[in-house]
Amino acid sequence: FIMFSSHRHDDLKEMLDSNKDSLKLEAMKRIVAMIARGKNASDLFPAVVKNVACKNIEVKKLVYVYLVRYAEEQQDLALLSISTFQRGLKDPNQLIRASALRVLSSIRVTIIVPIMMLAIKEAASDMSPYVRKTAAHAIPKLYSLDPEQKDQLIEVIEKLLADKTTLVAGSVVMAFEEVCPERIDLIHKNYRKLCNLLIDVEEWGQVVIINMLTRYARTQFLNPNINESLLEEGGSGDKTFYGSDEDEDEDEEEKEKKAEVAAMAKRKPYVMDPDHRLLLRNTKPLLQSRNAAVVMAVAQLYFHLAPKAEVGVIAKALVRLLRSHSEVQYVVLQNVATMSIKRRGMFEPYLKSFYIRSTDPTQIKVLKLEVLTNLANETNISTILREFQTYIKSMDKDFVAATIQAIGRCATNISEVRDTCLNGLVQLLSNRDELVVAESVVVIKKLLQMQPEKHSDIIKHMAKLTDNIQVPMARASILWLIGEYCEHVPKIAPDVLRKMAKSFTNEEDIVKLQIINLAAKLYLTNSKQTKLLTQYVLNLAKYDQNYDIRDRARFIRQLIVPTEKSGALSKYAKKLFLALKPAPVLESPFKDRDHFQLGSLSHLLNAKAGGYQELPDWPEAAPDPSVRNVEVKESVPEWTKCSSREKRKEKKVEKPFYTDSEGESGPTESADSESDSATGSESSSGSEESGSGSESEESKEASESEEEEEEEEEEEKKKKKKDLKKPMTALWSEFGNILPCLSFLVEPAPSPQVTPVNTFLSNSLVTDLEGLSLSDSVLSPATIAPSSTLKSYELLHRITGEGLSVEYCFSRQPFSPDANMVAVQMQFTNNASSDTKNLHIEDVKLQSGMRVKEFPEIELLPAGETATAVMGIDFCDSTQAANFQLCTHTRKFFVSIQPPVGELMRPVFLTENEFKKEQGE
Amino acid sequence: MNQSQGFFKDIQISCLVVGWLLSNTASIILSFRVWGGQSMTDSAPSWFFYSAEMIHSLFLINHLGDIFLEKHWKSVISRSVCDYFFEAREKAVDPENVPPVLQTPHHYLISIYRGKLFFLSVIQTEVPPLFVIEFLHRVADTFQDYFGECSESVITDNLVIVYELLEEMLDNGFPLATESNVLKEMIRPPNILRSVVNTLTGGSNVGETLPQGQLSNIPWRRAGVKYANNEAYFDVTEEIDAIVDKSGTTVSAEIQGVIEACVKLSGMPDLTMSFMNPRLLDDVSFHPCVRFRRWESERVLSFIPPDGNFTLMTYHISSQNLVAIPVYVKQSINFFEAGSCGRLDITIGPKQTMGKTVEDLKVTIHMPKAVLNANLTATQGNYTYDCTTKMLVWDIGKLNPQKLPNLRGSLSMQTGVPNPEENPSLNIDLKIQQLAISGLKVSRLDMYGEKYKPFKGVKYVTKAGKFQVRT
Repeated sequence: FIMFSSHRHDDLKEMLDSNKDSLKLEAMKRIVAMIARGKNASDLFPAVVKNVACKNIEVKKLVYVYLVRYAEEQQDLALLSISTFQRGLKDPNQLIRASALRVLSSIRVTIIVPIMMLAIKEAASDMSPYVRKTAAHAIPKLYSLDPEQKDQLIEVIEKLLADKTTLVAGSVVMAFEEVCPERIDLIHKNYRKLCNLLIDVEEWGQVVIINMLTRYARTQFLNPNINESLLEEGGSGDKTFYGSDEDEDEDEEEKEKKAEVAAMAKRKPYVMDPDHRLLLRNTKPLLQSRNAAVVMAVAQLYFHLAPKAEVGVIAKALVRLLRSHSEVQYVVLQNVATMSIKRRGMFEPYLKSFYIRSTDPTQIKVLKLEVLTNLANETNISTILREFQTYIKSMDKDFVAATIQAIGRCATNISEVRDTCLNGLVQLLSNRDELVVAESVVVIKKLLQMQPEKHSDIIKHMAKLTDNIQVPMARASILWLIGEYCEHVPKIAPDVLRKMAKSFTNEEDIVKLQIINLAAKLYLTNSKQTKLLTQYVLNLAKYDQNYDIRDRARFIRQLIVPTEKSGALSKYAKKLFLALKPAPVLESPFKDRDHFQLGSLSHLLNAKAGGYQELPDWPEAAPDPSVRNVEVKESVPEWTKCSSREKRKEKKVEKPFYTDSEGESGPTESADSESDSATGSESSSGSEESGSGSESEESKEASESEEEEEEEEEEEKKKKKKDLKKPMTALWSEFGNILPCLSFLVEPAPSPQVTPVNTFLSNSLVTDLEGLSLSDSVLSPATIAPSSTLKSYELLHRITGEGLSVEYCFSRQPFSPDANMVAVQMQFTNNASSDTKNLHIEDVKLQSGMRVKEFPEIELLPAGETATAVMGIDFCDSTQAANFQLCTHTRKFFVSIQPPVGELMRPVFLTENEFKKEQGE
Repeated sequence: MNQSQGFFKDIQISCLVVGWLLSNTASIILSFRVWGGQSMTDSAPSWFFYSAEMIHSLFLINHLGDIFLEKHWKSVISRSVCDYFFEAREKAVDPENVPPVLQTPHHYLISIYRGKLFFLSVIQTEVPPLFVIEFLHRVADTFQDYFGECSESVITDNLVIVYELLEEMLDNGFPLATESNVLKEMIRPPNILRSVVNTLTGGSNVGETLPQGQLSNIPWRRAGVKYANNEAYFDVTEEIDAIVDKSGTTVSAEIQGVIEACVKLSGMPDLTMSFMNPRLLDDVSFHPCVRFRRWESERVLSFIPPDGNFTLMTYHISSQNLVAIPVYVKQSINFFEAGSCGRLDITIGPKQTMGKTVEDLKVTIHMPKAVLNANLTATQGNYTYDCTTKMLVWDIGKLNPQKLPNLRGSLSMQTGVPNPEENPSLNIDLKIQQLAISGLKVSRLDMYGEKYKPFKGVKYVTKAGKFQVRT
C-alpha cells in the first residue's frame, strides 16, 4: 500500500516531464481538478515547479495556481521558481510585470520577504497604473506574512495614496485599511482627491473608500445634527441663530452676553465644512449603483454623516434593494430596521414596500415585521394592524408568533390602540393552534401589567385556559398573572392553585416555579383558603428532582410561614412578593444597534467582529481643516476668460472617464456640461467671492479646490474681487440688465465681512439671506455657511447642437425690463471648430398668458469661446414650458425651457426689520 | 489582554532597537487618540494581529450537502468549518431560511443560495456582508454567463475554467476582475467547436493576447470589437409586484423594470437612449457605463456599451404611484367541518390590459396540510395537485375576455383533523407581450463615434412578479 501511494501520481509526473505541451496541459488540468476537489497533490510539487518557465500560457497559469496553493508547505522547493518571477518583474509588458508580482506576493514563503518588499517598492513607482494597482494588492499580503515590515509598507502606501488614477485608488485604500487604518494623517492630503475620483473607481474599491471616508469624516468634521440635539435641550437655541434682539434692555443684554459667552462653545451655529459637503455630494450619485454593496455603503455614510434633513434620500435606494436576492434583502432589512428606529419618518412613505407575502422566506418575513413595527405610529397604526390580521392567518407558525409579538409592541408603544390590540389578542386565545395561543398569552401578560385593574375579565378568561393549554411558557405566564393580580380574581385564584397542586408533579420546571410563586402570593393574601394547599405544594417541591425548585420551596417556606426561627425577613414577605412591578418595556432588538457602523458585519451580528474599526464619536471642536489643503501646482486660471476651461483641461494628467465632480472635468460631455455651468455661474457673477466672505463650495471647486491653500485662496479672492468687478459689471450692463442695488439688504448686518459692494454682484438672493442670518458678530469669517448653488440645465447638447452647447440657469435676479418675468441666464459655448454667428431666438410658441423677452442677438461667437446672455420669461405662474427656436446663421434648433416650481419666484425688497417680521410669521 | 501586551511589547522592541523609531511610535500613539479617543489599555487595537483580508475561502456545496469545489485565496482552511453551516442548514427547514451570515468560533460564514447550490465563503475579519454577498452573486452570474447555467454538473465539467475564473476574480480575497468583458479576454468561454479543436491540437482556453480592458478607462468594454452585422437589441421587461386582498382591492403594487441589452457593435460606439416619458422612472440603478450626470440633467441614457449581453438599467416604480393591475380574480375557498371537504371556485378576468392579450396565465396555490386531494374541473387549461408539496397549479394559458376561465370543484380533507384556519393565497403568473405596463417607451436610440448604421430594436414585455391574491 505504501508502495502504491508513493507511486500513485507516476503517470502525472511522466506527463509533466514530457516535452509535449498538450500532455503537460492535460496533467496540469487533472492536478488543478484535484486541488479544486480538495484532494492532496503536494507530492507532485517537484514535477510541477519545473514547468514554471513553460512557454505555453495556460500551462504556466495552472502552474501558478498550483504554486500559490502549495508553496507554503514546500518552501525550499518553491524558492526554485523565484528567479522566474524576478525576471518577469523586469518584462517590458506591463501585464506580465503585474502578474509576476501577483504570484510572487501570493507565495507565502517567509524567506522571500525582502525580495517581495523590493518588488513592491519598485512596482509602486512603475509607469503603468495597472502594475501600481498590483503593488497595492501585494501590500496586505506581505503584511500578513511579516508584520515587521509595517513601517516600510506604510511608506509605500503613502506614496500610492498620492496616486491620481482611479485604478489604484480602491486598491491602495484597501491596503491602508488592512495595514494602518489608524494613520488617518495619511488621508488628509488625499481626501479631496479621493472624493473626486470616487465615482470612477471600480465598484469594490468604492465600497472600501466610502467606508474609510465615513470614519475619516467622523474624526474631522462636526456633527451636522448638533443643533438638533441642542434645540431639544432648551428652546432658546434658535435665538442665537438670528442675532441680537433689539428690544432687549442694555442690562439684560449684558447678562445675556455673559451667559452666551459661556454657552458659546456649544451653541455656535453649525456650519458644515466644505469638505464634509464635498463628500456628501460626491457619494450621492452612487446610490444609483447596480452594486448593492455600494448603495449600502453610501446609505450608511449618509446615515452617519449627513444632516437629518438630507438622510431621507437613501430610503428610496434601500427600498429598491429589497427586490434583489434574498440574501441582499436580509442584510438590507437588518440595516433598515436599525435606521427606522432613529429616523422613522424616512421610511414611512415606503410602508407598503415592507408588506409581507406568503412566499417570502420566514427570516425575511420576521425582519419586515420588525420594520413595520418600528414604523407604526398613531396615523398608520390602523393600516398596519389590518395587515397584521392577515398575517395571523398565515400557515407559517413562526411568523404568526412573531406577528403576535409585534402586535404587543405596537400596543405598548401606541396607547390609543392598546385596547383594540388586547381584544384582538384575547380572540386569538381561542385559536386552535397552540403556538398561537401560547404566544398570545405571553404578550397579553405583558400588556395587562400596564393596567391590570381594568381587565379582570381577561384574567378570568385566561385562568380557564389552564385546563387546555399545554405550552409551558404560556402556562407559566397565566399562573404568574393570576398570582400577581389575585386580588382582582379572589374566587378563581385558589381554585387554579388547587388544580395546579394536583398536576404539580407532571409540570415543566418553569411552570412548577410559577405554581410555587402563586401559592406563596395566595398564602399571603388569602391564607384562610389556601394554607393547606400551599403547604402541600411546598412539600411536593421539597422532594422535586430539580434543585432550583427544591431551593425555591425551602426559601419560600422560610419566608412566608412564620415559625419561631424565621428571621426578620418574614415581616416583609408581603412587600417582597406583592410589590408593584414595573410593566415590561417591549423594545426592538435593533435599538441602539447604530453604535456599530451600519452595513458592517459587526452590526449584523450585533457583536464586534475581529478587525472592526469603531466609528469614532464626532469631535467637540473641528480639527484644523487646513490639513487637507494641497499646495498649488498650477497658477489659478484667469477668471474673466471663459475659455480658460480649455486650458485647465489640457493640464490634467489623468482624465477620469465619467467623473462628475465639476472640479475634475474630464473629456466627456457629461463632465463637460457640469463644468461649464460651474465656470459659467462663476464668471458671470462674482457672488461667491462676496456674500459674507464665506468659502462657498462652488468657488472652491471651480478653483480646483483640492489644490489650493486656504490662506492663499483668501488672498487670491481679494485680488480676484478687484479684477472681477470691472468685467462683470461690464458684462451685465451689456445686456441692459443693471441690477437694482440690493445693498441695503445687508447694510445693518453686523458682520464686518459683508460689504455692500460685494453683494452688488450677488447672483442669488438666497445667498444673501443666508449670509445675513448666519453672520453673527461673534463668528469668525471662516465659519459662515456655504450658500446654495444654482442648478443649471442643459438647453442644447453639444452633439445635437453641432458643436454649440447651451445651458441655462435661473439666476434668481430681478429681470429689470419687466418685473413679472423670471430672468433666465443662458450660457452659449461654441465647441465647434468654426465660428457661430447671429445667435438669436425665433418662433416663440407659448401657452396663453406667457410672455418672453428675448436676449439681444449675439453677433459672433468664436470657436472655443463662451458667451452669456439673459432673457426674461413670464411663465404666468405655471410650469408650462416655453418653446422656441434657437437660430444661428446656419441652423435652427427647437428648444424648450421648463421651470421647476421653486424657480418661479419674484424678488421682493425688504428692510431687515420687515424681513424679520415676515420671518416671524 | 494578550493582544494588548503583544502590542506594547512590539512598541518596546522597536524603541529599543532603533532609537529614531521613537518619534515614529509616538506619532502612532498620537493618531490613536485622534481616531476614537479610546484608551489603549482597555480596548486593544484588534487590527494589530489580524491578517485582514476579505474572502478567505470559497466552498461550493450541492443540495445534498456535498462540497464539490473548494478554493482558498490564502492559507488552506479545513472544510470542517462547513459543519457549522450544515448545522444551520439542518435547522432551517428550507434552504432559503438559512441565515446568510453565520458566526463560528474562529470564522464568519457568508453564503448565498443560487440554482440549488450554496456558495459558502469563509471570512476572518470585519467586512461589509453585502460586499461578500454581492461578489458571490457576481461569481454565480459569471458561471451563468460562461456555461449557460449555474449547476453542479456544469461546474464539475468545467472545473479548470471555473478555477481559473476564481483565480482572476479575486486576488488575496479582494475582487480584481469582475467585468465579464475583461474575464472573457483572459479566459475564453468553452464552446463545442473549440473544445474539439483543443483536444486535437492541444490548444487552450486561455486567451493568447493579454487583456487590455483592465488598463483602459472603460474596463467593461473589450478593445477591437468587430462585427459584420452591427446590431443593438434592448428588452424592456417589467414585473408587477402586487398584493391584492380578499375583496379585490390592491393593498400594494410596485413595478420592477429592467432593460437588458444585447449590443453587438464594432469599435467604440457611444449610444444615447431617450424615453418618451422619463419622468415615470423615479428610482433607477445603472450599469457603470451610464453617465449619471447626463441622466440627472437631461433624463437620457448616454453610454459606451459593454460588448454582448448586459443589464443596462433597472428601475423601480414604487407603491406610491398608481400601478395598473392587468387581471382580477374572483375566488372562494371554503373548508367545511362536516363531511371533511372543501370547495374551491376561482374565476379570472382581464382588468387593465391596455388592449393586449394576457398570456401564460398560471395560478399557484399552496394548500394547507389537511387538504388530501382536489377534484376540480377547469373550463380552460389543466390543473395538477401535488399531494406531497400541497401545491395546486392551474395552467390556463391565454386569457380569453369573452369566455373567462374558471376552476371549481371540491377538495377532500383529512378526516378527524380540525379545519385549517389559515387561508391559502393565490400566486399569479402572467405575461403580456409588447407592453410595458408602466407606459414607459423608448423614443430613440442614437449612436455617435462610429460611422456605420446599426440595426436597432426594442422589445417590451410585462410579467407578473410577486403577484399575490389573498383569500
